[in-house]
Formats: sequence, C-alpha cells, structure tokens
Amino acid sequence: MNILVCLSQVPDTTTKIAFSADNKSLNKTGVQYIINPYDELALTKALELNEATGGGTVTVIHVGGADAEPVLRKALAIGADQAVRIEAEPLDSRQVAAELAAYIQGQSYDLVLTGRESIDYNSGLVGGMLSQYLDWPLVNVATSIDPAGQAGVLAVSRDMDGGREKVEVSLPAVITCQKELTEPRIPNMRGIMAARSKPLQVVSPQGIGPDLSLLSHALPPARQSCRYFEADQMDALVEALRQQAKVL
Amino acid sequence: MKVLIYAEQQDGQLKKSAFEAVSFAVQTWAPHGVQDFTVVMGGRVSEQDAAGLGNYGATLVLMPEDGSLDAFEPHVHSAVLLDALQKSGADLLVMAHTYAGKSLAPRLAVSWQATLAAAVNHPPEVQQDGSWTVQRTVYSNKGLATYQVSGDRRILSFTPNALKPVLQGAPCPVQPLSTLAGAGASRTHRLEVQKVQGKIPLTEAERVISGGRGLKGPENWHLIEGLADACAAATACSKPVSDMHWRSHDEHVGQTGITIKPDLYIAVGISGAIQHLAGVSSSKTIVAINTDPEAPFFKVADYGVVGDALEVLPRLTEAIRRSAGS
Repeated sequence: MNILVCLSQVPDTTTKIAFSADNKSLNKTGVQYIINPYDELALTKALELNEATGGGTVTVIHVGGADAEPVLRKALAIGADQAVRIEAEPLDSRQVAAELAAYIQGQSYDLVLTGRESIDYNSGLVGGMLSQYLDWPLVNVATSIDPAGQAGVLAVSRDMDGGREKVEVSLPAVITCQKELTEPRIPNMRGIMAARSKPLQVVSPQGIGPDLSLLSHALPPARQSCRYFEADQMDALVEALRQQAKVL
Repeated sequence: MKVLIYAEQQDGQLKKSAFEAVSFAVQTWAPHGVQDFTVVMGGRVSEQDAAGLGNYGATLVLMPEDGSLDAFEPHVHSAVLLDALQKSGADLLVMAHTYAGKSLAPRLAVSWQATLAAAVNHPPEVQQDGSWTVQRTVYSNKGLATYQVSGDRRILSFTPNALKPVLQGAPCPVQPLSTLAGAGASRTHRLEVQKVQGKIPLTEAERVISGGRGLKGPENWHLIEGLADACAAATACSKPVSDMHWRSHDEHVGQTGITIKPDLYIAVGISGAIQHLAGVSSSKTIVAINTDPEAPFFKVADYGVVGDALEVLPRLTEAIRRSAGS
C-alpha cells in the first residue's frame, strides 16, 4: 500500500506551558519538540502494515515551517521512505486539513493515517475534516488495524462511546490512531544515517486561511491550597465533600 | 437564527449528552431571542423520551424514520445531518464533543461549509455583532485559549459535563426525519461490537476514582472498585498502571490518555506527574491519597490524605457508606 502519515510536532509531554508576553503564542524558550505521540503510532503502524503485506511506500507529511524538519528527519530515521512539508503556518484544523487534502488529491495514496489528536491543541479534527474533503470513509480512534484477507480492505477496531467495535473499511480511507494500536519504534543508527539522504520535499501551500481567530491564551486559574485529613478522619473528609464541595 | 441540536442515543436510550446538548443550546441562545430549538435524534428512542427533551427547552424533535441511524456510522450520520441542516435552514448546529461528535463535527464543518468551534468548555459569550467568544483548554489542560468565532453557518461542540441540564419547558412535538436510506453505508461494514456493561462511561462520569502504582498490584483493584461503587463513580488509572497492564488502556487518564473533568476526582496512590495532572486538573474537586507528603498531587488537590492507599481506601469507602445510610 502507499500510505501517507500526517505528522504534527508538539512540545514534549514534560513541558511546563508558558505563553508569550502578548499571550498570542507559546513561549518556546527551552521547549523540546517531539513527533505528536499518536502520530508516531500512526507511523509505526504504517510501517508494520507494509511489512506484513510486502510492499508499498510510507510518506510522512507535515504542514508547518522549516523548524519541523528535525521531527521529519526522525520520522525518516524510524523508517518512512520520504517526507513532504507544506510550507504554511498552521493556525487551525480546517486550514491544515484543507492544505493536506489539496496535496493528497494530486497523488495516489491507498490510506491516510494520523493521530486521534495532537497533544498541543487537542482538537482531533484534522482526520475527520480530511475524510470529508476527500470523500473517503473515516475510522476515528482506531486501536487495531489489520489486513482483512481481501485486497483493498482493512479490519479496524475503534473506540466509541460506551465500548469498542470492529469494522471493515474499504480503501482508500482515513484512519486516526489511538494508544494500544502499537508501540513506537526507536530509530537505530542505520536508520538515522539513511534518513540523511532520504527525500524531504517542500511544497508551496494553497494559501487557505483559518476559520478561527485566536484572541488570547491564559494559564488555568490556580487551585486553592489543600486541606489535609488523617487516615482516621474519613468521616470528616466525607462531610467536607458533602457540605463544602457538594460533590457527594 | 435557527438552531439544530444533535442528540445521541445508545441502544434506544437517550444519552446524558443529549440532555446536555439541548440545555447548552437553550441556555446560551434563548436569552438572545432564539425560539426554535430543533433536535435531530441520532437513532431512534421512544416517542415519549423524545418528546421529553422539550422539558429542557427543545421545541421539536426529528426522529429517524427507520433504523439506519441506530448504530453510529460517521458517513451516514453526517449525510443525514447535512440534509436536515439544509432543509431546516438552520444556521447553527450544537453537539457534544463525544466520540460520535468528534467524528461528525469535522465532517460537517467541511460539507456544510461551517466554522467549527470544537471542545468548548463553557457557553459562548455572544457579542453585539453576533460573533462568539469561546474558551477551550489547550496543551492538554495546561493552558486555555480564547477564540472569536464568526460566520453565516457555525457548529459548536462542547465538552461533556460542561454544564448541568436545567428543566425549562414542556414535552414537544416529534416528527419523522428522512434518513436518505442509509447514504454511503457501504464503505464500512460492522463486524462486531463490544459494549462496556454495567460501568459508568469515564468521559461522562460525574465522579471518578483513579488508582496508581500505590495500589501495589492489580489484585488490590477491588478497593478502587469498592469506593467507586459506594459513590456511583467510574474507575480510572494512571499511565504506569495501564503500561503494566494492571488495567486496560481505556482507563488511562492523562495527557496521552483520556482528558476528563468530573465534579469529583479521587487520585489514589498517584504521585501526580505533570502529564497525569494535565488530563485531570479541570476536575471541580480533587482528593489526593498518597503515602508521600511531597507528592505533586497535593499541590493541585483540594483535599489530601497522607497515608497508604490500602489502609485509607476501605476506611473512606466505609465512611461514605455510613454517611449514605444515615
């Protein structure tokens, strides 16, 4: 299969979040960027699917500036065959999905994989929007993806409200990836060396604008200080939860 | 302005998010003179239950004319909703940011060419010019972002538990909804469904009891379940616990797991790594139970107990049962 994996770069999960002086953007001082963890699972699964079915290519794509190239090189080191970067500043999900769709429509991919959400803006919308732009079926929040025994069909488990279900989906399709799908791979030295000479293509954007207009960021309000109870004061704790917090 | 509301059902029963969706729309836009709140049911429920959404302010419920929406399928549901939006002349769609909402809202934002404000925390502030100011969490609850949302057609999805449904109104009429004979169903085919039985869904739960490594092993989880049972709570766990397969990954709350905002979150034997706190810090009230008085969880907790989970849990469960019985 020819598989396209959509990657975003996000601050490392241990990052303490602070915003710029005008509250319009993240304060990037000292922030380490990583491949969005769910997108990294998508990449690993793409490699596994092609290893199992014996053939095809894995391309990674990112909408963003040149500062994302270390993350794309890492994806190549993990095993992607080539990388594409659409040269645009990503401002909202709609813009990213529209740019990706415009690129994909000129290519011939069998499958598009991406994470179920990015851990920076957490919207989880790009996969769904992309599937509608392409008019491909969507399987959101997949926990397993396997060949279904006939060409052009995959068997996919997905999380849903109140449980999980298994579906067969005809390709081409868009699938978003959830934990449990697979374990991320750590690039080895050979992969890192090979990544240096793999193609990384920069594509001009369509110039599609965002729908949303960001006014400001803020940190969550500070919580009040903790009130302590001893292990033998559980009746008092329950009383506080009932009368003071009113949550029981 | 005309508002359409998408309401979810499961196995023929209205979901909690259905009441929240109606109430969210009515509480936000009735004060701005909107009088028409039409509900599109995502699958069939009883006529009486459907009419009952009028008690929360709905003015009309459209019920699918056949069973083609009863099981959730993004293709079919988004096609039917698009048709309903176009026929009704609505300019706003309100839905919950559940698994179903996360599949439907982005597809409709493209097919209906609408501006989507997703995962909104509170009812929007409606400005003089009709635009909204909405707030949502970003960086997995470590930050907040405020957006201005404008456009002729808009979709708003709100996080579960964003507000409490309020009774205001009387049962409303129910009319049939055209389901377009299952548009686009053929490209996915359902093989099997595993439903979580007898458990409160984590994302909907008003109370959550969560266990970490301090429980010392999966054999002690009956203590978490006992407390959850005593206060009608859902159960959850930290990342190490799901990584060690003590509990399944769908209970993992945190930055790379599920983000929740219950009224009460009780963290037992969880130290409070920044990634875990990110997923739960929007909870209204937090109780931390940990042997280590320096555990970071105590910095965000409202109530704390320094002690061993295995000793504290049975006492707390007993205290809740005593209190409920009195």
